[in-house]
Amino acid sequence: MGYFELMGFGPKGWGLLLAQATLMTIAVSVTAFAIGAVLGGLLAWARLAGGRGIGIAAETYVTVLRGIPDLLVIYLLYFGGSSVLTSVMRWLGNDGFVGVNAFAAGAIAVGIISAAYQSEVYRGAFGAVAKGEIEAARAVGMGRMLMFRRILAPQILRFAIPGLGNVWQLALKESALISVVGLTEILRQAQVGAGSTRQPFVFFITAALLYLLLSTVSGWGFNRAEAAAMRGVRRA
Amino acid sequence: MDLVFLADTFVTLLGGVPLLLQLTAISVSVGAVLAVLLALMRLSGNPLLDYPARGYVFVFRGTPLLVQIFLIYYGLGQFPEIRQSVAWPFLRQPYWCAMLALTLNTTAYATEIIRGGILSVPFGQIEAARACGMSRLLIFRRIILPQGLRTALPAYGNEIILMTRATALASVITLMEVTGIASKLVSETFRAIEVFACAGAIYLIINFLISRAIALAERRLSPQLAAPPAAPEPAR
Repeated sequence: MGYFELMGFGPKGWGLLLAQATLMTIAVSVTAFAIGAVLGGLLAWARLAGGRGIGIAAETYVTVLRGIPDLLVIYLLYFGGSSVLTSVMRWLGNDGFVGVNAFAAGAIAVGIISAAYQSEVYRGAFGAVAKGEIEAARAVGMGRMLMFRRILAPQILRFAIPGLGNVWQLALKESALISVVGLTEILRQAQVGAGSTRQPFVFFITAALLYLLLSTVSGWGFNRAEAAAMRGVRRA
Repeated sequence: MDLVFLADTFVTLLGGVPLLLQLTAISVSVGAVLAVLLALMRLSGNPLLDYPARGYVFVFRGTPLLVQIFLIYYGLGQFPEIRQSVAWPFLRQPYWCAMLALTLNTTAYATEIIRGGILSVPFGQIEAARACGMSRLLIFRRIILPQGLRTALPAYGNEIILMTRATALASVITLMEVTGIASKLVSETFRAIEVFACAGAIYLIINFLISRAIALAERRLSPQLAAPPAAPEPAR
């Protein structure tokens, strides 16, 4: 069987399964990235505006999550979560092992790692917003919420786009690790295909190509977004 | 909390540290040498050298490390030519496969870091060296490399820390480094949270020590950036 027949959409082809797996990779990465955006925003806010204790707590979070392996975080959430869930169910009178959902555990794990990186990006972007803008907003009597919504958030997002592009690529690649807890995304599907056809090289190369495709297309998208967001900024 | 269990776990997990350090040290040092070569190819101005190096960096940075590990460990064995070659005694072993994948991966990231460092050397320095009649090789060895590496050091420190985190993936192909031992302990004791938290602590300690060492090296290499000594008390 030729390569294109094997990876095609015919009766013996793996095309449809790999396409579904690619959608799963996109879904889990986007979910993780969104979790990271919310949590990362809160962390950045805690470090910029929170009291000393909150600031130190947020800083510790970032240091810890950037210092331990991503695989360990996924294991911790999946197996740790399962053991917590099992004991809760036992307490409720339901014996037997209860596993957490691989998608949820994986998305949360990659999301909380992404949050650590995203908080640094947002913090840097906040530093790039001209101080005069904030003073001017205060001077015209804007409330804190209004100032955040109209002045800070749009400009922070604008300056954060290049950094967020990098963090997104990280999340996309980390999503491959969720295959170890059994989520059928690209890498897991490639492993299944490799096992049943005994052509591991062909399947893993295809997986690599799919990741390259995703990272190239999204990198191009981020470049477009950056160009659009920066169109009003004068540059040397 | 079961302190005896935690202490036992910690000691057992420490058994994986030598392998972790070995994987990191060898892949980072071999990767550094390869990265200098690739960075020079990128900067050579010769498209025949530049584009292959670009392609290498693009492929290895655009795909997840786990895919690269699987491609080398499971994928290469698909070909009889490789199974009969002299490299097979090495490529059959998970240790060398993990080492190869980590090295190739860090080379791609380090290439960009070193390229940035080399580009940061002011042109005036190179011009002055040329004016003194230094040969290209001498300029590279005495002027460009020392200054470029010094600028690249902070980013390189980050890369080393990312590599210690990445060695955890070697556990997926059965290597018994810290994460590998931790997964085995979890399957024996079912105490996922304690065991994985202990493993995380070990990674944090190692990465803390590495970041201190890098900071020390930075201070040694850039004494001009150190805070000036405190002014002596005025004489009374």
